[in-house]
Formats: sequence, structure tokens, C-alpha cells
Amino acid sequence: MSFSLAKQSVLGLTRPVLKYSVPSAPVAIARTFATEAPAKKTKTFQIYRWNPDQPAEKPKLQSYEIDMNNCGPMVLDALIKIKNEIDPTLTFRRSCREGICGSCAMNIGGSNTLACICKIEVDSKPTKIYPLPHTYVVKDLVPDLTEFYAQYKSIEPFLKQKTPLPERENLQTIEDRKKLDGLYECILCACCSTSCPSYWWNSDQYLGPAVLMQAYRWMIDSRDQFGPERRQALQNPFSLYRCHTIMNCAKTCPKGLNPGLAIAQIKKEMALE
Amino acid sequence: MSTAPVRRSGLQRDILNLYRECFRAARLKPEANRPHFHAFIRMQFRKHSDVKQRDFSTIEYLLRTGKRQLKVFSAPSIEDVTV
Repeated sequence: MSFSLAKQSVLGLTRPVLKYSVPSAPVAIARTFATEAPAKKTKTFQIYRWNPDQPAEKPKLQSYEIDMNNCGPMVLDALIKIKNEIDPTLTFRRSCREGICGSCAMNIGGSNTLACICKIEVDSKPTKIYPLPHTYVVKDLVPDLTEFYAQYKSIEPFLKQKTPLPERENLQTIEDRKKLDGLYECILCACCSTSCPSYWWNSDQYLGPAVLMQAYRWMIDSRDQFGPERRQALQNPFSLYRCHTIMNCAKTCPKGLNPGLAIAQIKKEMALE
Repeated sequence: MSTAPVRRSGLQRDILNLYRECFRAARLKPEANRPHFHAFIRMQFRKHSDVKQRDFSTIEYLLRTGKRQLKVFSAPSIEDVTV
């Protein structure tokens, strides 16, 4: 008696389980019927690997094959897939996956860009992924940007005024605000600076396109009153004048900005002063 | 003093300077904890004693990490290390 009761209750309990498990088989079949056609599209990624725990081992390129039929369209999707399914030791920075944080800046197929907004080229050729060029590598695709951030800090990227603090907000005309367009969008991903040959050879003294563009952003801000002092700080052979308008910065910028133009504007203003 | 002075490469001198700087920094720590720092410094250097003499890129990397570590550990807020 008790047995049959137990059985009934078990049956009662397992009903919903049965309900879930029964349709799953037809669905799986239906899916295989629906996606019968696509042939297996594989794409090879060759990724720079280097582990600081074995410093005597040389850096190497490691190949990973990915089936493009179940992978997102961007390089970051492929990297995350590799990390999740093939090799959990692969290291890279990523955060927003939509090109606003600048964490996933790396050298993909020979040019610096953000992995999250770089489409995977669907062809048979392997895609090579390296960390940002001419940076010290922390691990795999993670560059050491300490120097870059220190340079950014050195230009004092904040509003400075000589007059006492205003009672209310610092207002700005629409025209003055428009001057900041094309400058304020910079996310400091360091793609431009690390693509600049001049920055490669003088990264200790030359500030680099990203930082100089931010310097210009504060110089032309109508609310900032330290423009001349900011320009004076750049008045030496290296900080600014190592820019030789190579324009790799504008070419590589994943946000479509033009640091070269901003640097030229600083030079012009300094020449007129 | 009959022995000729040892000729050292720039890299070797950098390493020795770092070693000296580490011990100098240890001198600023509380006296009771200094032996801990000395043991720690020696351990950190000995750990990589098997690196080949000609393996410049590795040595330069270790030198960079060593300098960064020195900067972190020489902060006055750090008073003791455990090996």
C-alpha cells in the first residue's frame, strides 16, 4: 500500500520532468533538420602566448581552430569562446564588449584595434592576434600600460580655473561645447599611441597621440583657464614635437578620432604664442 | 689586493645595483623585521639563479619586475614580510 502511494507521488513529481524531457528530443531533431545545410566553417586564430611564471620560455604563437557556425561575429567572441571551451589559460582584458571601455585593445591582423568591435574576417587565412606593439607584456595579450597612464596623469586632465569657484554650474555655449566633439570621445585604449613609430622610440619622453589629444581637449575647453600654462609645459623638443605627422594614430583609432589633427592644432597655437 | 677587478656587463651591474638598493630599502624597515626582509630579498634573487647568462630578454624582464617589486615593498606602510 505504502509502495503504491510512494509510486504515485513519485509519478506525480516526475510528471513535470517528463513534460520537459519528452519534447526535448523532437526539438533537437528539428534543429538538426533546420541547420542541416551549413558546412563546417573553421577559422584559425594564431594568438601570442607568453607566461610570466616561466620567464625563460620564449613567447610563441599558439593556433586555435574555431567553428564559425557557433561563434559570434567579433574577434572578442572568438577569444571568449577559446577561453571558455579550448584553453582557459588564455589571458586578455575585456569588459564592455561594445567598444566603450577600451580594455580589449590588441593588435589584430597587423593593426591595433578593439577586439570587441573588430569583425572576424571569414576566409581561410589565419588571423594573428598580438598584444599592443612596443608595450611590456604582463601576460599573453595583456600589455603593461603603467607608463601610458602616468603620462596621462602628467597633463593634468581636469578642469583648472584661476577665478574662485562659481556659485553654480560652469556654463558653456553650444558652440564652445561643439569644439570638444571629436576629442572627448577618446576612451584611452592606447591603440593610437602604440601604433606611432615616434612613440615606439621615445615613449619615455614623447607623450604620444592619445595623451596629447586629451591635453588639447583641456586647452580648448572654454571653462579651463590654464591653456597657456598647459602649452608651456609641452614647450620642449620631446613632449609634443616628436610628432612627425605619421598619422598612424588617425588610421588605427577604433573610435574614428583624429589625434594627429589635435596635435597639429596644439603646434599651431604654440607657434602663434 | 692582487686580484684584478671583475669586468661586468651593464646588465650585471644593473642586477647588482638592484640587489644593493633592495638591501638599502630594507634598512628603513623596523629593526626587528629586517632579517625577514633580507631573507625575502635573497629568496627572490635565488629563485631565478638558473636563468642563462645570455638570456638577455628574460633577465631584463626579471629586472623590470624586480624594480616594480622594490617600489611596492619600499612603501613605509609595509613593515614586515613573511617568507
